[in-house]
Amino acid sequence: MLDILVPILSAAVRSGTPILYATLGEILTEKSGVMNLGLEGLMLMGAFTGFSVTFSTGSPWLGILAAFIVGALLTTVHAFLCITMGANQVVSGLALTMIGTGASSLLGRSYIGETIDGLEKFTVPILGRIPFLGDILFSHDAMVYISYILVFLLWWFFSMTREGLNLRAIGDSPRTADSVGLNVKRVRYIYTLIGGGIVAVGGAYMSVAYTKMWGDLMTAGRGWIAVALVIFAIWHPLRAAFGAYLFGGVEASQLRLQAAGTTIPTPLLLMLPYVLTIIVLVIISVRKGKGLLFGAPASLGQPFYREERE
Amino acid sequence: MNVRMSSDRPLVKMQSIVKSFSGFKANDSISFELFSGEVHALLGENGAGKTTLMNILSGLYIPDGGNLSVNDIEQDFSSPRDAIHAGIGMVHQHFMLVPSQTVWENMILGLSEVPQFLPKKKIQSRIREISEHYGLSVDPHARIWQLSIGEQQRVAILKMLFRDAGVLILDEPTAVLTPQETVKLFLTVRQMKSEGKGIIFISHKLDEVMDLSDRVTVLRKGKNVGTVKTGEVTKEKLAEMMVGTKVSFSVSKQKLSPGRPLLSAEKMKVINDRGLCAVNDISLEIKENEILGIAGIAGNGQTELCEALVGLRNLKSGSIRLGNKILTKASPKTFISAGIRYIPADRKGTGLIPNMDVNENSILKRYWQVPVSRGITINWKIVFEFAKTIVEKFHVDTPSMLTPVRNLSGGNLQKLMLGRELSDTPAVIVAVHPTWGLDVAATNFVRKVLLKERERGAGILLVSEDLDELLSLSDRLAVIHKGQFMGILNEPSGVSAESIGMMMAGTKLDPENEVCA
Ligand SMILES: Nc1ncnc2c1ncn2[C@@H]1O[C@H](COP(=O)(O)OP(=O)(O)OP(=O)(O)O)[C@@H](O)[C@H]1O
Ligand SMILES: [Mg+2]
Repeated sequence: MLDILVPILSAAVRSGTPILYATLGEILTEKSGVMNLGLEGLMLMGAFTGFSVTFSTGSPWLGILAAFIVGALLTTVHAFLCITMGANQVVSGLALTMIGTGASSLLGRSYIGETIDGLEKFTVPILGRIPFLGDILFSHDAMVYISYILVFLLWWFFSMTREGLNLRAIGDSPRTADSVGLNVKRVRYIYTLIGGGIVAVGGAYMSVAYTKMWGDLMTAGRGWIAVALVIFAIWHPLRAAFGAYLFGGVEASQLRLQAAGTTIPTPLLLMLPYVLTIIVLVIISVRKGKGLLFGAPASLGQPFYREERE
Repeated sequence: MNVRMSSDRPLVKMQSIVKSFSGFKANDSISFELFSGEVHALLGENGAGKTTLMNILSGLYIPDGGNLSVNDIEQDFSSPRDAIHAGIGMVHQHFMLVPSQTVWENMILGLSEVPQFLPKKKIQSRIREISEHYGLSVDPHARIWQLSIGEQQRVAILKMLFRDAGVLILDEPTAVLTPQETVKLFLTVRQMKSEGKGIIFISHKLDEVMDLSDRVTVLRKGKNVGTVKTGEVTKEKLAEMMVGTKVSFSVSKQKLSPGRPLLSAEKMKVINDRGLCAVNDISLEIKENEILGIAGIAGNGQTELCEALVGLRNLKSGSIRLGNKILTKASPKTFISAGIRYIPADRKGTGLIPNMDVNENSILKRYWQVPVSRGITINWKIVFEFAKTIVEKFHVDTPSMLTPVRNLSGGNLQKLMLGRELSDTPAVIVAVHPTWGLDVAATNFVRKVLLKERERGAGILLVSEDLDELLSLSDRLAVIHKGQFMGILNEPSGVSAESIGMMMAGTKLDPENEVCA
């Protein structure tokens, strides 16, 4: 039993990692009160940039760094429209998805069929020798380990630091934050851009570490799963990790089930994660989540104008 | 007088400040000076521009014209941050607190001297110290949304005291405080004053202004109509300056004998939002031509009682009837159609829709009725006319009919809502704090309107924190404590404030005077 389970769980972590990065990036953005629905486009651009830079320089780290920068730059458009111009955030986010999808398709044509060495695996000393857990959690590549750190870093940042408190206040009540002298727009810009960069890194993980090749539309809807996961996680980084690995696990076992020739139709298995999300959404909305440390930022999606009354 | 001006240079100097909102001049060339060691009251009717002027001083609004200097340094604030740096602290009329966060988190929000890694224990004990020192008790761990309005006001005041500001602006800080809390706040303000700080105090309660301030500046329709020393004026004179004409403080109540019973409720039990029993076995009757007052300390079930009586909250048990019509379990619309009107305390939540304009808000209780609508279409021409009559009849001061009502000043929101509720001939009016935050003239106006409705034949249930108001308006007065009536007084004006206070604290009225409703 264990020798079936351990590989599946290990695969769950690996295939959950790109979704985890995207979810964490979006959580960071949304905590400031900005909603970015451009995740799918950002991930695709990240995947493309990561691949092409790694291909031409030979360094996967440069590829990932470039993906972060491209992700942040692309998000600047969204940030400008939403934060400075007060545009509708849903529309702007959808536009970002379309731009990212189209641009990555167009630019990526010449890379189809190419491969790279990509990111190497390495087992973490000591931790990797823990029975089972070592195989599941600590025998991957560096980006997986960095994602673990990021999960705890964000959790610590939101709940323990002054800057995190300020960020939450800006997402929950920009008017109040503004009145105590915080710069609402600047903070929103900063976290929207960083968040966008992290989302793109999730895409880069797909091409640089997971498949080690470029394929058109290769993220296959993972950006949208991440959007749903943010809500599933109630904006909590630890729950985001749980959700991402759950999706990763479903994906991994579905591949294995297919390989084993199961009679359950594949589309039904593919639906599973979404059904889960809907169930969780129902549970969240039944239970009143008001006033939790982690929860939907109250001003999510609303632009802030100082001189308008509420 | 005891105006101690430590220098002849003002702490704050505002000159010819102009601020318009879509063409409407909220501040029309206002000049204003504050000295250190001075409490300077700012008076004016609702919409006179007090909050606007103070928002400019605290960096929230950028003026269209005029000069501003603090400590003799010319200032050009472009954000609240600039004003905070210049030493200005403000307690806002509509609290600036993050509802989802705790008291301690709100207190330190935006403070740059707090370490990046939050020393929670130290912060909390510091907050406890300060709140004890100033006699404003709060639980640092409570979340803002769990607190009553009064408690939130305390947090807002403490939050400003926590930041060491040289200029303190208090925008209607006493509107929701209990008398004891107000006394403590005034002690604090006097202490601040003796430390050489400058305090700007906004209130509609003239007694407080006379008691606390050294000087008074009166605004009228966005203009400064004069600054006077408090010792050299009377309440009457101040009211006259505010309104422009003489104001009488007394309302005359006609003697009427109550008619037939209108709304009657039997053995009501009502649950509050936290799942507790807020109204416990209350029966009451509101008759034609009478005002039934409800006295009590906030949070003793008044809101839930009123919501149940207008159909907004389900009864756990008991019944409600208007004449012969059974209303138990009926929808709010049935209550409205039956002629029951509601003036809630919570103007921007239950009363009006902040993002809709004046026209739209004026038809909220009749949008489904002919002639406002026919079938699925609304006849806007009729709506515009209807809204215009309300605005004229109730003197609602609004930049335009198409202004979203969130932009109206507090008093004007109240007048608009009152106008809407009283635009036809309601049978029963349930009014909660109807004069809360209103200026002298508007308060008088509202009281007169309620008395006029009473003369016309309406039955009125009046909930208020203001005992004087209750005593001068009510025909009968019920005192509520923990969801139960401690008794109903038939001749409230003949009862002493002390014995009503005892009832509010939970003493039952002795049975001889008691009359079961
Ligand atoms: N942000 C805004 N947008 C549009 N109009 C505004 C805004 N702020 C204030 N006004 C308008 O300016 C006028 C003055 O409002 P202000 O809040 O300063 O009055 P106030 O003197 O504080 O009244 P109150 O006693 O009712 O609080 C009002 O008519 C109000 O509608
Ligand atoms: Mg005001």
